[in-house]
Amino acid sequence: MGRGVDRGGAALRDYKRSKMQDAGHLLHLASCLLPLVFLLLFYFYPLASILTLSFAPAGSLSLAPLEKLFRTPYYLHTLWFTTWQAALSTLLTVGLALPGAYVFARYDFFGKSLVQALTTVPFVLPTIVVALAFTALLGPRGMLNVGLMSLLGLDRPPLNFQYTLGVILLAHVFYNYTLILRIVGTYWANLDPRLEEAARMLGANRWQALREVTLPLLTPAIGAASLLTFIFCFTSFGVILVLGGPRFATIEVEIYRQTIQYLNLPLAAALSVIQIIFTFALMAAYTRLQARPLDLRPRQVTQRRPRNRREWLVIGANVGLMLALLIAPLVALVERSLTLPAVNGVSLAFYRQLFENPRGSAFYVPPMAAVRNSVEFALATMVLSVTLGLMAAAVLDARRETRFLGRLLDPIFMLPLGTSAVTLGLGYIVALDEPPLNLRTSPLLIVLAHTLVALPFVVRSVLPALRSIQPHLRETAALLGATPYRVWREVDLPIVARAILVGAVFAFTISMGEFGATSLIARPERPTMPIAIYRFLGRPGASNYGQALAMSTLLMLVCTASFLAIERFRVGEVGEF
Amino acid sequence: MKRVIVFALTGLLALVGCAPAPVTPTEVPTPMPGPRALRVMTHDSFDIGEETIAAFEEQYDAQVEILQSGDAGVMLNQAILSADNPLADVLYGVDNTILSRALEAGILVPYNSPLLDEIPDSLKLDNQHRALPVDYGNVCLNYDKGWFADHDLTLPVSLEDLVKPDYKGLTVVENAATSSPGLAFLLATIGHFGETGNYTYLDYWADLRANDVLVVEGWEDAYWGQFTYGSGGEGDRPIVVSYASSPPVEVYFAEEPFEEAPTAAVVGAGSCFRQIEFVGILKGAQDRDLAEAWVDFMLGATFQEDIPLHMFMFPANQNAVLPDVFANFAVIPERPAEVDYTAIEANRETWVEAWTEVVLR
Repeated sequence: MGRGVDRGGAALRDYKRSKMQDAGHLLHLASCLLPLVFLLLFYFYPLASILTLSFAPAGSLSLAPLEKLFRTPYYLHTLWFTTWQAALSTLLTVGLALPGAYVFARYDFFGKSLVQALTTVPFVLPTIVVALAFTALLGPRGMLNVGLMSLLGLDRPPLNFQYTLGVILLAHVFYNYTLILRIVGTYWANLDPRLEEAARMLGANRWQALREVTLPLLTPAIGAASLLTFIFCFTSFGVILVLGGPRFATIEVEIYRQTIQYLNLPLAAALSVIQIIFTFALMAAYTRLQARPLDLRPRQVTQRRPRNRREWLVIGANVGLMLALLIAPLVALVERSLTLPAVNGVSLAFYRQLFENPRGSAFYVPPMAAVRNSVEFALATMVLSVTLGLMAAAVLDARRETRFLGRLLDPIFMLPLGTSAVTLGLGYIVALDEPPLNLRTSPLLIVLAHTLVALPFVVRSVLPALRSIQPHLRETAALLGATPYRVWREVDLPIVARAILVGAVFAFTISMGEFGATSLIARPERPTMPIAIYRFLGRPGASNYGQALAMSTLLMLVCTASFLAIERFRVGEVGEF
Repeated sequence: MKRVIVFALTGLLALVGCAPAPVTPTEVPTPMPGPRALRVMTHDSFDIGEETIAAFEEQYDAQVEILQSGDAGVMLNQAILSADNPLADVLYGVDNTILSRALEAGILVPYNSPLLDEIPDSLKLDNQHRALPVDYGNVCLNYDKGWFADHDLTLPVSLEDLVKPDYKGLTVVENAATSSPGLAFLLATIGHFGETGNYTYLDYWADLRANDVLVVEGWEDAYWGQFTYGSGGEGDRPIVVSYASSPPVEVYFAEEPFEEAPTAAVVGAGSCFRQIEFVGILKGAQDRDLAEAWVDFMLGATFQEDIPLHMFMFPANQNAVLPDVFANFAVIPERPAEVDYTAIEANRETWVEAWTEVVLR
């Protein structure tokens, strides 16, 4: 080809690129605006309202409560405990779940998707139900202690887990294992195994190859998943209160106590502010961990069936850990829901009773109505948070001009996760009370509140995958005449599709299991499954206990089925990695 | 701007078709000609018969919307924070441990219901009748009868029994700082042992701690997780802080019919704390007449006789007839511990902090 033609081609390329950038900018602007507006309306506005009311009740600002916090040893101690227990919980979770993520990323074996779905079930279980399951397994008269007593001929239970730091850590692993498994596992599945193989060929041993090659490449995903885990443990509430017992307190627990017990809004607000500042600082530090573009491989290439005994052993050990740690407590619950202590036999009586309303209660919850409400809220949350989350992730992914904006916005999108549900719940009462935002008693508010918490999960799941896309892929596609939308659909989507599904699963899950924020919102009758469980547990009587466990089992079933369904979801004919 | 965005978001949700339809038949706030609307704000434990509410709706051609708003503490805080633009017309479920806060916040207006005549004076704490007593219940120690028979131990009859060496490690109580029965039981000990003298409530709690009392977060964990009877055998504590009505409720919700209750309450003089639940009309109620009618309805026979089997509390109206299971199995403590409701609000923080210091730190 002659030089003239070549020059013409370059001009055309420049023209197209600038056109693409214009359209890209517009798209950026729109997708930047919507998530921001959402946060502004349903996060910053209510938060600012309640903080203003708390810090400046009479119109003049007083920061005395903040000062008081830093001069009271108890609160400093609480802050310190909150931080280190979260750090320790995160380390433990990552340490235990990374091998699991490896197994799920590299091997294909029978029952894999079911095990993966089951590991996410803990996420939706109300803390009190988990506490009961733990008691059934680990309590003084639990299976483990009874077994050890008869085995060793002891007359006292040898293990005492209840109300210890140990059980807090265990519960945090129980709840958050799935975060590492799914977020890191999905990312790992697309890493090119040949990189590690090359290192091995050059003389590195298995451990060196992992440390020098694979782990650095995984850093963005591990960072994202650890961050979510840390913030979850940092703001831990139910686990600390119920399982840890009254000797332990996190900032979130103190916020609850100060608000509900003493209506000490200034002090509660000061604690909330500390929590938010902490989350922001952590996030700002984290955003430095940028993912680099990588050569990704489809999972058909990276995954295979295990070949030898060693591989089967690694898989067996990890799946065994998941069964013991995550699934055994679930099985204990199911077992109890099917057992009638009085007659010592298996029975579906509690499930039958779920469908009866013997006293003609106005607040009777037909089980199918609870399932429907829960699933509707969860689907709405999923759709809204995936939509907003993809937009937000696109903004944060910006590499050149708007990079600064991304750096600033990234921590902001995470803030709702680090904000006390108590504070925000009261903020809704104060702020959203006038048309057109008169949402205080609308079911829509529940979806909005859930979305706020789910959004960071979508963003964190999608962003590492998005950032790993080689820019030349997009440029080539654009060069060949693809519109920005087409570029997104043909290049970005296939690569991030898995990650989007992970985000979607978490959004769905958060809404299914959420109770804290829901219970803080005044709501007309639209009971979800967790609410029905709490209602049964709120009164004495064997049949109430049995029905609570039966409803919990139903919740687990619905969730497992939903996870499996979501993971099978495919958009049209879009190919996928 | 705001409006546009809200519409856009709602539209987005509606478009996707998965949204729980934002407009449901139960929440059309615009006053239309037709049924009158009444909004009742209450706590999560509220429950009543379907037919009972229907009876009211029919009589007044009204539509009643019940807003459940967390536990009693959360509910009251919501009501106080929304005082300028109330969420509801009527507030039900404030009890005597938080009554003072509700009255001081000035969110309730007086209503001298004619039915107050049928309610004993001992339950009427607010002489301006901003808060009217609806029901009451006693927080008491419960014990597992079978466990005591198996272990050949004397049944507990008073608070003092719990600190005896024989009872070491037998009791589970709820955290007074986060649980409503936990606070009520702390108040019972304050009323019984007092704050001054040579054996105060704190001395008692120090002895209880020395006798290995277990403190847990809330009633659910105590009753289902730790109490020997509650969950059918996982717990190992045969004494728990619960309600005087728990034994009849155990009978009512048993899998197999019982001849007698499997548990019993300790109801000796000064060993229980009486919780009284109140209803009041919120300042700024939209339909004051209908709100008054509802308050009268709650204090009247239909509603009152429906209370025990739905909320497991005792009706305040002395003419209300108790259901059989309550008449046969429930014991009403004759002399609960006395603590003035204004003193509770004034001293709550001090008491709870002192208790926490002695029992937990």
